[in-house]
Amino acid sequence: MSIVNILIQSTLVALYLFLAICIGLLFMGIARKVTARIQNRVGPPIYQNFIDVGKLLAKKTNIKHNWIFDFAPLFALAGVLLALAYLPMGGYKMLSGTGDLILLLYIIAIPALGFALGSGASANPNAGVGVMRALTLMLSYEMPFLLVLLALMIFYNTASLSTLLEKQMSFAWGIVALPISALAADIALQGMMMEKPFDIPIAPHEIASGPLVEFGGKYLGMLMLYSAGSVVLETTLFVDLFLGGGVVLNPATYGVVAYVVNYLVWFALIFVVWMIAVFINAVFPRFRIEQAFKFYWKWPTVIAAIGLAQAYIMSVFLGVIP
Amino acid sequence: MTDNPNPLPSIIPEKDWKKIQRMLSKRSLWMIHFCTGCGAMEMPPTMTSRYDMERFGIIPMATPRQADLLLVTGYVAVKTLKRIVRVYEQMQDPKYVISFGSCPINGGLYWDSYNTIKRLDKYIPVDLYIAGCMPRPEAIMDAFLKLMKDIDEGRADGWLRYRKYYDKYRANQMRVFKRWDE
Repeated sequence: MSIVNILIQSTLVALYLFLAICIGLLFMGIARKVTARIQNRVGPPIYQNFIDVGKLLAKKTNIKHNWIFDFAPLFALAGVLLALAYLPMGGYKMLSGTGDLILLLYIIAIPALGFALGSGASANPNAGVGVMRALTLMLSYEMPFLLVLLALMIFYNTASLSTLLEKQMSFAWGIVALPISALAADIALQGMMMEKPFDIPIAPHEIASGPLVEFGGKYLGMLMLYSAGSVVLETTLFVDLFLGGGVVLNPATYGVVAYVVNYLVWFALIFVVWMIAVFINAVFPRFRIEQAFKFYWKWPTVIAAIGLAQAYIMSVFLGVIP
Repeated sequence: MTDNPNPLPSIIPEKDWKKIQRMLSKRSLWMIHFCTGCGAMEMPPTMTSRYDMERFGIIPMATPRQADLLLVTGYVAVKTLKRIVRVYEQMQDPKYVISFGSCPINGGLYWDSYNTIKRLDKYIPVDLYIAGCMPRPEAIMDAFLKLMKDIDEGRADGWLRYRKYYDKYRANQMRVFKRWDE
């Protein structure tokens, strides 16, 4: 591989990651506008979050705790960028390997853990409570989500994301083949994105925004970029698993046109997934942490188990092999 | 003001950079309201769908670290003043202060109280006063728009004054506190 190729490749990767962060900020702005319209308000312009990030990064910052606290926002942002590089966005995949569906599960935990590390280092009791709640919530939604992933792996007979996308394109989207698992995954996604019934870790009125409590100025700007990235990360995860990753044209036959069309379809699909989360977020109050834990280990887990049984029956007894 | 220890690359001149910063910070004022008196009652209609301040990018934040704008909503007792100063010093520059009602201006109803400070401006720099007892949400929205205009023109420089005259502000504060740790 020549040096020119490497340069082109890395520019493309940087462009994709930059676009992902921009899309995340735009989505957060759209969510604020939609929530405002639901509450019969006018709401901020949809580019409000770009202004917020610019302002935060331009602020002077004089918070001193220790080096772990300084390191945490970088850790979170880098972790979310790494996870985005492993996820196919519109069929284009930057890093890959066999069995990367399992690897992705580990990588997705990195940014959240880095964030928890930094807030723990600030030694604020509110941050400690928030981190504890975030880790408990993670434990709750991972249970149905792992069952859903197991169902997908059994049905499509693969643990590689690119093979999963190919099989979804040639056979049927995951949401058509395994609708029960898709429902469980969407409920788990609500907790993963920490939207309203499950925004327990960052509850601003109870524990003063939880893990974020000591972050301000430039630190908060970095964390806002991190949360913009994780919006795209989590919606793309659902789209890749159940909606074919937005791949409608095969890049092998159509070339560059396929990449552009797939990217646009992917954008439309993650927008739909994000809007579902925003609508639920706008009308629900907040669970307590033990209620969320009970909910996740009861209903979505049962639904996911039924989905797993369906996938097993379809692939083993009925012989449906994509 | 001392020299910036981390100067930006000279693609954008310092003057234009400050203008951009003011332009951004006027459109995204995150506020923390310190509910000291009756003025806190006027905040819910200003936030919710009747007067909706989020359309100007003003949202309430939970902690002083994240906020740019401190609202002191009513009379300030000596005990409260200590907390207000602490909150103000935890906020990140540039930061702005709006004080509500007549009490922080001249003592208002509590002009002869032994326990209430008469002028907030002696202890922390105030960028804007809203007169009235109490100011209605229209007056508050008007004050926000005035503050945004002031920030844009660079006239809301309370945080610079606090840095420049820190010793004098601190001396005034210590005159009422006696000690910090009670």
